[in-house]
Amino acid sequence: MLLILLCFRMGVIELAIQNVNSLSIQKLIEEKKKNHNTAGIIEKFIPMILLLAAVVSVLTTIGTVLTLIFETITFFQTVSILEFLTTKKWYPFSETEGTFGILPLVLGTLKVTFIAIIVSIPIGLTSAIYLSEYATERTRRIIKPILEVLAGIPTIVYGFFALTFVTPLLREIIPGLELFNALSPGIVIGIMITPMIASLSEDALVSVPNSMREGAFALGATKFEVALKVVLPAAISGIISSIVLAISRAIGETMIVAIAGGSTPNVDWNVTNSIQTMTAYIVQVSQGDAGYGTTIYYSIYAVGMTLFIFTLIMNLIAQYISRRFREEYE
Amino acid sequence: MNFFDHKSINARMKIRVIVNLFAKIIFFAAMMFGLFILGVLLYRIVSQGIGYLDLQFLQSLPSRKPEQAGVYTALIGSVLLMAVVAPVSLLLGVATAIYLEEYAKDNRFTAFIKVNISNLAGVPSIVFGLLGLTVFVRALALGTSVLAAGLTMSLLVLPIIIVAAQEALKAVPASLREASYAMGATKWQTIVRIVLPVAIPGILTGGILALSRAIGETAPLVVLGLPLFLAYLPKSIFDLFTVLPMQIYNWTGRPQEEFHSLAAAGIIVLLILLLFMNFLAVLIRNKFQKRY
Amino acid sequence: MTITLVSPQIEVMKMDSIQEKNIVYQTSQLNLWYGEKHALKNINLDILENEVTAIIGPSGCGKSTYLKILNRMIELVQGVKITGEILYRNRNILDRSYQVEELRTKVGMVFQKPNPFPKSIYENVAYGPKIHGIRDKKVLEQIVEKSLRSAALWDEVKDRLNQNAYSLSGGQQQRLCIARCLAIEPDVILMDEPTSALDPISTLKIEELVKELKKEYSIIIVTHNMQQAARISNKTAFFLNGEVIEFAPTSKIFSNPKDKRTEDYITGRFG
Ligand SMILES: Nc1ncnc2c1ncn2[C@@H]1O[C@H](COP(=O)(O)OP(=O)(O)O)[C@@H](O)[C@H]1O
Ligand SMILES: [Mg+2]
Repeated sequence: MLLILLCFRMGVIELAIQNVNSLSIQKLIEEKKKNHNTAGIIEKFIPMILLLAAVVSVLTTIGTVLTLIFETITFFQTVSILEFLTTKKWYPFSETEGTFGILPLVLGTLKVTFIAIIVSIPIGLTSAIYLSEYATERTRRIIKPILEVLAGIPTIVYGFFALTFVTPLLREIIPGLELFNALSPGIVIGIMITPMIASLSEDALVSVPNSMREGAFALGATKFEVALKVVLPAAISGIISSIVLAISRAIGETMIVAIAGGSTPNVDWNVTNSIQTMTAYIVQVSQGDAGYGTTIYYSIYAVGMTLFIFTLIMNLIAQYISRRFREEYE
Repeated sequence: MNFFDHKSINARMKIRVIVNLFAKIIFFAAMMFGLFILGVLLYRIVSQGIGYLDLQFLQSLPSRKPEQAGVYTALIGSVLLMAVVAPVSLLLGVATAIYLEEYAKDNRFTAFIKVNISNLAGVPSIVFGLLGLTVFVRALALGTSVLAAGLTMSLLVLPIIIVAAQEALKAVPASLREASYAMGATKWQTIVRIVLPVAIPGILTGGILALSRAIGETAPLVVLGLPLFLAYLPKSIFDLFTVLPMQIYNWTGRPQEEFHSLAAAGIIVLLILLLFMNFLAVLIRNKFQKRY
Repeated sequence: MTITLVSPQIEVMKMDSIQEKNIVYQTSQLNLWYGEKHALKNINLDILENEVTAIIGPSGCGKSTYLKILNRMIELVQGVKITGEILYRNRNILDRSYQVEELRTKVGMVFQKPNPFPKSIYENVAYGPKIHGIRDKKVLEQIVEKSLRSAALWDEVKDRLNQNAYSLSGGQQQRLCIARCLAIEPDVILMDEPTSALDPISTLKIEELVKELKKEYSIIIVTHNMQQAARISNKTAFFLNGEVIEFAPTSKIFSNPKDKRTEDYITGRFG
């Protein structure tokens, strides 16, 4: 073996000394091939290894779903599913026996999401229309990256902003506003998802073919009329899908509501009181010392499951809409 | 004879032009208002926190006395977390992207993986916390460690890296692959020697994006049970630790004004880290300007 | 060998095989479909050693397709069906047991648009030898120099081998691609309209190069440009709608085409 190797090396050296013109590369390649038979094995195994990596993402989904299902089932062994779905009271930390009706948490989440959407749609959409229909190429090139950077600001920063700036400000305007309330985190989540709506909607508007605009301009329409009557309707599914995605983000948002929303599950539609969202409840329990295996411990999985279903539905709707949207132009 | 009453058209024309101008101003104002709010956010935080931001703040342990408190353990914790997330998520993400773009046949299983990835991207981060708590902290008994948190975060940012890497691979011109194949190169040789080097800027940019997401995440770590502050450093990746966002969260929750200023200072550190990472991404993008 | 074929080009082939040149590629009864589209119809062609064989014909007639079968690059296209036989040095390359990397080590290819790798000039040329396991730096350096010389590029780039290949002009890039191809000393070189993206001067240089290279290599070149075919090739095959209409020595094709359609094409009546 060693001898062969030695001969082989000598062969190379010999070849190296030889004149360039008498060098036979093909012969060299032939020789190398005999010594390198691993290539075929690598070619065979690499795709399998890569497939394993790809399966991790599938396992993550399966793991998430199974985790939620199993722990939720455990939860439903102590608390009836009927109580969970129909009781209008969420009061888990009782000395004797807690009450677990998901409704107040869902309502808390919906209140905050609703406020966020009210705030973000007007600003997000008008910004998108301005960027795609009015702005110069230069403005767009400056604003778009800013939007991306803003969309990347951690939510903990927005939470801090809500509690220390927006809430005090709102309390000056609205005298009855509690320190923890739905309004402030709602508004701040709205601010947080605005760049997302603006950026995705702008993509949808820009992808409307120019020929459609030119047709309308040729008839003497103003930019505003073209934007409103031609471009917006053509891009509507992309815009709706961006809004649905933003709703999903707002529903799943955690730190802002955990910091500024409070921990009082309420069933009313009042936005000035302290509330609790699904996510904030999970945070509250995680931070507390509810022991492993208690009903409260399992309750976070039941709440997580509910949250997961809400966001999954939203994501599927967004995907469905944007798939149809893509077909329209391609 | 005239179908058009030119006078009334002209009158309407004036109105329409005014409406258009008005709309333009409103749209612009709305966009500027959004940016203004975000400007206020940044201004508030900087003005509130800058006073506490000094070298001592970076080098001190958390403390009950605001003037002595610092982010040392949290900062190191964040860096350690990234040290786990970066290799794990990049390796898994790039491998998945290569599989999907280069090897996967156009069948239902592949379609399923793709749909799965885009759905995974939409799962709220706190749900990943529940997954990590069950699988890594409890089932694999890693405890509330750097490793458990790192693996959880890796799964969280995986879709971002996969999608970015897929885009980068797709952007590699077919002519380069053809040239390599025509030389008798195998598929894997072509991927390693030609495709990946061309795609690497895009992959890295996506990787940095993913890391900046991971470095700012708080919710899943709360669920994993990371402490709100920690007065000592972890010795290995199997030890308890905490991160910058947790420390900020802790200070934000205190009623005293001084702690809010500390939180603001912590946020500045976090934002500088993020800005630096974004800067790096831009640098990479510019360094590898496309030539082909 | 099939003996029952009686079309005129077969006669020409027989005539050629009398001159003692070896046959490199022997195509018989080749058909190809892209899905439903019948892109190559019953092709029979013999290609000889150390000759330049030109393939001409209007665009879409199947020239590139035919070329891509010869080194099996056609495999990169989905949904292709092929029947028939192509013998390369007496082995059927369409046989699954013929390892495609081995074939492509013997059969190099130059593309329509220069496609150097975004690497240094040196790395571009050294790519082929490296992937085939040659790592010795001295050997690599010799190969690079020799290949660049053969591609008539050495004098222009010898001082900047470490510069990116995209710093070269289009014509230089194409010659670099030829050098890259020569670096593994293939037996055959396939060229698909190698000058169609170049200016006239660069085109001329490549033509000179091709004439030089045919001493050592067998070259099959697809070209849109009939003057080019006339200038550099020994034989010319005229393709039309996926069929070989006429295959004969170039001088004969251009001076005295047998088929009316060949004549029409050459005189510029269509295409
Ligand atoms: N990948 C493909 N899929 C389907 N049809 C193709 C493909 N490539 C080429 N064709 C068709 O096959 C015919 C021959 O193409 P090609 O060999 O590229 O022609 P040429 O090189 O002579 O211009 C054309 O009609 C073309 O439309
Ligand atoms: Mg062609």
